[in-house]
Amino acid sequence: MSCMNHKHILQIKNLSVSFTQYEKGLRKIDLKVIRNLNVSVGEGELVAVVGASGSGKSLLAHAILGILPRNCDAEGNIWFEDELLSPKRIEELRGGKIVLVPQSVTYLDPLEKVGRQVRKEQDEESVRTKQEELFDFYKLPQNTADLYPFELSGGMARRVLLTTAMMESPRLIIADEPTPGLHLEAAKKAMSHFREFADKGNGVLLITHDIELALEVADRIAVFYAGTTVEEAPVADFQSVDTLRHPYTKALWRALPQNGFHPFPGKQPYAKDMPNGCPFGPRCPQLTPECEGNIQEQLIRFGRVRCIHAK
Amino acid sequence: MNNTGSVTILQKYQRKRLNQRSQTLLVLAFGSIFLLAITVIGTLVGDIAITTNFTQKNFLPQIAHPFGTDWLGRDMLARTLKGMSISIYIGLFASVISAVIAAILGAAAATLGKKVDAVITWFIDLVMGIPHLLLLILISYAIGRGTFGVVVAVAISHWPVLTRIIRGEILQLKEANYIKIAGKLGQSKMKIVVKHMIPHVFPQFLVGLVLLFPHAILHEAALTFLGFGLPPEQPGIGIILSESMKYLSLGMWWLALFPGMVLMTTVLLFDLVGGSLRKMIDPHSAQE
Amino acid sequence: MDIGPYSGILKYIGKSIIKIISLLIAVSILSFILVSASPVDPVRAYIGEVGMANMSAENLARLEAYFGINTPPIERYWNWFTDFIQGDMGSSLLYRQPVSSVIQVKFMNSMVLMMTAWLFSGLLGFILGIVAGLYRGRWIDKAIKGYSLLIASMPTFWLALVLVMIFSVWLQILPIGLSVPIGVNAAEVSIFDSIKHLILPALTLSVIGIANITLHTREKMIDIMGEDYILFAKARGKSRFSIIRNHALRNIMLPAITLQFASISEIFGGSVLVEQVFSYPGLGKAAVSAGLGGDAPLLLGIAVISAALVFGGNLIANLLYGIIDPRIRRGSAYE
Repeated sequence: MSCMNHKHILQIKNLSVSFTQYEKGLRKIDLKVIRNLNVSVGEGELVAVVGASGSGKSLLAHAILGILPRNCDAEGNIWFEDELLSPKRIEELRGGKIVLVPQSVTYLDPLEKVGRQVRKEQDEESVRTKQEELFDFYKLPQNTADLYPFELSGGMARRVLLTTAMMESPRLIIADEPTPGLHLEAAKKAMSHFREFADKGNGVLLITHDIELALEVADRIAVFYAGTTVEEAPVADFQSVDTLRHPYTKALWRALPQNGFHPFPGKQPYAKDMPNGCPFGPRCPQLTPECEGNIQEQLIRFGRVRCIHAK
Repeated sequence: MNNTGSVTILQKYQRKRLNQRSQTLLVLAFGSIFLLAITVIGTLVGDIAITTNFTQKNFLPQIAHPFGTDWLGRDMLARTLKGMSISIYIGLFASVISAVIAAILGAAAATLGKKVDAVITWFIDLVMGIPHLLLLILISYAIGRGTFGVVVAVAISHWPVLTRIIRGEILQLKEANYIKIAGKLGQSKMKIVVKHMIPHVFPQFLVGLVLLFPHAILHEAALTFLGFGLPPEQPGIGIILSESMKYLSLGMWWLALFPGMVLMTTVLLFDLVGGSLRKMIDPHSAQE
Repeated sequence: MDIGPYSGILKYIGKSIIKIISLLIAVSILSFILVSASPVDPVRAYIGEVGMANMSAENLARLEAYFGINTPPIERYWNWFTDFIQGDMGSSLLYRQPVSSVIQVKFMNSMVLMMTAWLFSGLLGFILGIVAGLYRGRWIDKAIKGYSLLIASMPTFWLALVLVMIFSVWLQILPIGLSVPIGVNAAEVSIFDSIKHLILPALTLSVIGIANITLHTREKMIDIMGEDYILFAKARGKSRFSIIRNHALRNIMLPAITLQFASISEIFGGSVLVEQVFSYPGLGKAAVSAGLGGDAPLLLGIAVISAALVFGGNLIANLLYGIIDPRIRRGSAYE
C-alpha cells in the first residue's frame, strides 16, 4: 500500500527518543527508549502501531506532538503532508491539524467543567454550537457540558475525549490506547468513529497493545518491539503466517487465540540492556551471528521489515 | 523525500554542566566536613571561649579576633564555635531519641492493627496541634529550666513528622506485591521484616534522622534564646544572641551578626546533607 | 435521613468538630500534666521569696488551698475544666488579672501581627512558588529556591535582631521595640504609632514564613505541570498563558490553601520569638513570661487557645477544600 501514487499525511523516519536516568546511588544511564523508528500514515488510512503494554509506545505519540518530558532527547524526521516539521512547526500544528485522543479521563483537568474544556475555554456562539453539535453526534447528553470529569462514565469520557479532537477539523488523529479495558466488541464499536474519520480521506495513527483490535480496524499494522518498528505490513498479510515477514510478528500471530494460542518464551529487553544488532535476537529461533550486526530495514512485498532473514 | 541525510533535532535536554551525582556527592562531602570541623574545633576550643580579658573589651572584628570580642573581652569566634558545638551535640542526641521514638511508634501504627494506628495517629494530631515552640516551653517548664530540660524537651517533641513518614512507608510496603508474595510463599513474618522491610525502611529512617537535626538545633537555640534552655554561663548560641540584644542599641552589631550566621550555616548544611542523602537513596527525587 | 446535597459536608463538619473538641480536651490534659509536673511552686511564684518569709502559716495554708497544692491532680483538673467551660481560666499570677482577660488583649495584638504576616507571606510565597515551578531550572528558579532554602535555615530571632540593627540602630527609622512607646499612655497611642511598631515584627515573620510556602508551592507546581491534563492541554495547542491560567492555577489553589492554613502552627511559633525580640505584647510574649515567671494558669490558657487556633485553621482548610473541589462538593450527589 505504500505505493508511490499514494499521498502521505504523516511520515516518520529514524525517530529516536532517549532518557537520562539516575539509578540508586545516582548512577547515570542513557536509555534509548525509541530507536530509529519508521512509520507512515497515508490518506484514508488507519495505521495501528501494536506493541506490548509499557514498552514506550506512548512516547511515539508524545514525540509527534512535541510533548515529551523535558529530561529526554529526541531526534528524527517527521513529515506532515510532505512538509518536514521543525519543533516550532509542530507546536503550531498540534491541536489544529494534528490532534491527540488520549487514553483516559486523567487527561482532562479535574477541576474544570467538561464543556468548557472541550471548547478550550472559548465562549463564542460558533464554538458553543460546534460543541453542541458534536455532543449530539457522539450521543452525549447536552448536560454533559456541565459535569466535571470525575462524573463521566468510562464510555462518556471516551466520547468526550473524541469531541475534543473533532472540535478542530483535524487531518490526523493520533489515538493513544483509546480503548483501555474494553472487550473487543465494545472496542470495535468505539473505533468506528476513527474508521469513519479515516474514510473521509484523513489519517489515523492508532497506538495500541491490542493486536486483535488492530486487525479488525486497521489498514496497516506496524509492529513495535523494544523501541522500534520491526515490521510494517498491510493487514491482509496477517491472514496467514507465511505472508508475515518478521519472526516476532510471526510469534505474535501464533499467540493469537484463533491461531492456536502458542505462547513464546522470553521477555522484551529493557532499554538498559539491549542486545547488539537485532533486539529480538535472544528470543529468535533463526538467530545467526550476522544478526548482531547492523540491521537495515528492507522492503519486501509492499511491507517493510527489519530482519536479515526475512523473505 | 526519503533523502534522510540529516536528522531534525526535535528536543534537546539541557544538561547541567556538573552531573547530579557529582553535585550531590560534593554537597555531602563538603557539608559533612564543615560540620565535623565546627564540632571538633568547638569541642577543643576549651577555655578560650570563657576567658575574659578586660584589656580587649568590645573589639570590632579584626585579624586576631575575626568575630570581635564582647564586653568582657571574650573572643566571639571561640564562644560561637563552642556554643555551636554544644548545640550540635544536643541536636544529635535529641534527633536520635526522637528518631527512635518515631521508628517505634511508626512501626507500631503500621503493623499492630487499626486500633493502635488510630490511637497513634490521634496522638500525632494532638502533639502537632500545640505550636511546637509552645510545646517546648511547656515541657521545659515541666522539667525545670536548664540543660537537662532543653535536651529532654527537644528530644521528645520532634518525632511526629518522622513517625508519619515511617508509618506511611511501612503501610505502602505491606501492600507491595513482592512482600505479599513472600508472605504467600510461606516466608515467616520475622524473615519478611528482616529481609524486606528493614532494608527498605532503614535508609528512609536515616535520612529522616539527619533531617531532624536542623529542626532540633534551631529549636534548642530558640528555647535557650527565650531563657528556658542552657544556663547563662554556657556559651550557647541562644545565650550569645540573647545577650547581644542588650548591646545592639550601643551599635555592637558583631555580637549578633556572626554567631547567627554560623548557626544559620550549620542548619543549612545539615539540611543540604540530609537532602543529598535522600537523593542518593531515592533516585526518583533526582530525576532531572 | 437525607438533608439534601449538603448532607456530606454537614456530616463532615459535625465529625470534625467532635474530633477537634476531643483533641482540645486532650491538649488541655497534656498541658495540665506538664504544668503540674513542674518543680515551680505556684505559691512561691505568686508571692516571691521575700513574701514567703513574711507570710504567716495561716495565710500560707490559705494560699496553698487556693492553688490546690494538696488537692489530688485529677480533682484539680476537673475543677479547672469545669471553670474553663464557663469561661473562667483562673487568674494569672504575673498580671494579677483573670487569665481570660489577659489572653483576650494579647490575643488581639497577636492576631494583628500574625494575620499581617500570614497574608503577606502566603500571597508572596504563593506567587514566588508558582514562578519558580514554572521556570524550573532557570536562573529565576535557582534564585527563588536558594533564597527559600536560606530563609528556611534562618533563626527567626536572629533575623529579628538583624532587622533591628538595620532599621532601628543604623537607619533609625523604626522603633526598637515595645508596641507602645515608653512613657506614653496606651490610650494616647495613635494608629500611626501602632503601625510603626508593627512593621518590623510583621516583616520578620513574613520573611520567615515565605520560605516554606514557596518551596511547597514550587514542588506542587512542578508536579502539576507534569500531570496528564497539562500535557493534553499542550497537545491541544493551548498557549502557555492559557494553560497556566485555566489549569495550573486552578489546580494549585487547593494544596496552597491547605498548606497556608496548616502553617498557622509555625507562624505562632515564629511570633513567640518575634514578640520576645520586639517586646510586642502578644500571646507569645505572654507565654514566655508565664513560663519564666511560673504562671501556670496563664501558660495553660495560652496552650489551649493556640491549639484551638491551629485546629480551627485545619478545619477551615478542609472546609474550603470541600467548597472548591467539585470532587468533594458534588461527589456525594452522584454516589
